Amino acid sequence: MSDANGTNGANPEKDLSGSNLPGQRGDGGEEIRVQRGMFGANNGGDTSGYGGLVRSIRLPGASGRPYGGWFDEVADELEGALEEQGLLPDNAIDRTIVDRGELTFHIEREHLVRVAQTLRDDPALRFELCTGVSAVHYPHDKGRELHAVYHLRSITHNRLIRLEVSAPDSDPHIPSLVSVYPTNDWHERETYDFFGIVFDGHPALTRIMMPDDWPGHPQRKDYPLGGIAVEYKGAQIPAPDQRRSYS
Amino acid sequence: MSTQSASASAASARETTEGTVYTVTGGDWDEVVQSAARADDERIVVNMGPQHPSTHGVLRLILEIDGETVTEARCGIGYLHTGIEKNLEYRTWTQGTTFVTRMDYLTSFFNETAYCLAVEKLLGVEDQITERAKIIRVLLMELNRLSSHLVCIATGGMELGATTIMIYGFRDREMILDIYELITGLRMNHAYIRPGGLAQDLPPGAVDQVREFVKKMKKNLPEYDKLATGNPIFKARMQDVGYLDLAGCMALGATGPILRSTGLPHDLRKAQPYCDYETYDFDIPTADTCDSYGRFLIRLEEMRQSLRIIEQCLDRLQPGPVMVADKKIAWPAQLALGPDGLGNSLDHIKKIMGTSMEALIHHFKLVTEGFRVPPGQAYAAVESPKGELGVHAVSDGGTRPYRVHFRDPSFTNLQAMAAMCEGGQVADVIVAVASIDPVMGGVDR
Repeated sequence: MSDANGTNGANPEKDLSGSNLPGQRGDGGEEIRVQRGMFGANNGGDTSGYGGLVRSIRLPGASGRPYGGWFDEVADELEGALEEQGLLPDNAIDRTIVDRGELTFHIEREHLVRVAQTLRDDPALRFELCTGVSAVHYPHDKGRELHAVYHLRSITHNRLIRLEVSAPDSDPHIPSLVSVYPTNDWHERETYDFFGIVFDGHPALTRIMMPDDWPGHPQRKDYPLGGIAVEYKGAQIPAPDQRRSYS
Repeated sequence: MSTQSASASAASARETTEGTVYTVTGGDWDEVVQSAARADDERIVVNMGPQHPSTHGVLRLILEIDGETVTEARCGIGYLHTGIEKNLEYRTWTQGTTFVTRMDYLTSFFNETAYCLAVEKLLGVEDQITERAKIIRVLLMELNRLSSHLVCIATGGMELGATTIMIYGFRDREMILDIYELITGLRMNHAYIRPGGLAQDLPPGAVDQVREFVKKMKKNLPEYDKLATGNPIFKARMQDVGYLDLAGCMALGATGPILRSTGLPHDLRKAQPYCDYETYDFDIPTADTCDSYGRFLIRLEEMRQSLRIIEQCLDRLQPGPVMVADKKIAWPAQLALGPDGLGNSLDHIKKIMGTSMEALIHHFKLVTEGFRVPPGQAYAAVESPKGELGVHAVSDGGTRPYRVHFRDPSFTNLQAMAAMCEGGQVADVIVAVASIDPVMGGVDR
């Protein structure tokens, strides 16, 4: 595994010597939570000797220039195009991350529509196709609990980039991209249904998968799976969410 | 709002707060329309589904009609939502394939491959996937493309009343399902492609059976041409129906045969090759009609191209491992056939139980706990028979996925239903939906 990490080592934040250890160490990257203990036993039953272990779980952090390949070109073009519109790139782009050969722009939510419109319309960028929105819930990432993730594909230039936007749980609002990419209509409804992110400006933001009167948003981390224990060959097998977790 | 006139027809009526509701259970459509017209209610909303046989599973179509013309069309989905993405967060990365294979159950191998490509990207082991594993993945995906297109053409034909095409399609698909059964043990829901490679190697006789199939299929494929391609009734029902041009496809995110029927040869196998697709020799068929007929022709031609790829796969297959060499990821045991069915190989059990304590611990840890995936996110996409199938996988460094999202092409393409159907006839809705080829398992997940 250390070989593989060496070959895509575009991320200087990565601690190569620690790649065989659970998780990654160091101060770089974005801390999404702190892990205590080893085997998910959080009610005092851990006799493994790892009960005092404290680990910080970090996602890959912001990358510095050069990003490599066509990534710099896209970043330059985007920054230039935003400047032309009188928008300071630093205000719109929170950070740029290059990890595992993929380019991610973290966008401030108030500028999302403008950035997406620029990415779609600028001839040098031309990301015509949005593959929809996915979301991730990080309950311990205070102030940025909800992340919406968009993948944009340029057929003209044969490129793929990712936009990431975050919103706090207390104010789960992100502007809708339906005006720029109509395909996001159902995708945003799905993300609203599962995460409770309110996409402002969506023409009809209603539930799409769950029944209309369903309480709660099932894909959030604080929403239980609701598994049921089953009996197998005389033994009681606990539900998947009650089993020991090693994460 | 006379219930008298309605009771005379095949449809019974009842009064609700939304107006008169007719329950249609067979009978003559004209009579229903007439009785509704007599009721002097100019706006009729027809609820098709979720159990209508022509809507490809539990899809609900809400059509507002004026005579025979559809003025507004909307989809109701979610009837097959099973929470697969949520469930994945409570299983190990390897167990995930068992779930994702059930999403779009007609394109199991594409779901599995897309998921595994995303996990392998997160692990950073893409370069270590063995040659043989990649070839078998391509082989199975192309067989799967054939079986998926066959169902699309077969059910699409049946909905037009062309039951012969239906019988032919399912006859040929049956041969492919037999191959699946030989290779994976199951006709559907295989969980055969795993992060790092494959669950096991091809069984003896598989290559011969695939060769035999290719030979038969080459003989059978022209039958669809003879039956349908030039058939004037078939053409009259399909041509200019379900029209969606390039601008519409881009805006609505439609990919796959729908996009290629506008003349744009966009196929991820060529644009962003995975599993060494760039080394295979095949063409991307397109049409310029933007309609259901063009999509039918594209699917037919794609089946021929898939046969070409399958033959190249068979020629390339060399003996070798089908799992990465990294013992921290590779499943420790190979399956073997014992007296009580398929299970862990006895040699492996003998080794871990009798000779090596460390191997036993390693096996136990990897099977119960699973491997850890470094934190981060990855997006992997494959060209499924329906379009771009994307997987967004996020890891928090644990042994379970933190989040997995599937961008299923059926889900996205089904949004185009309204644009394709509004202004057309009720009967054309069926043809347009069939040309989208939605599978509700993938739409609802």
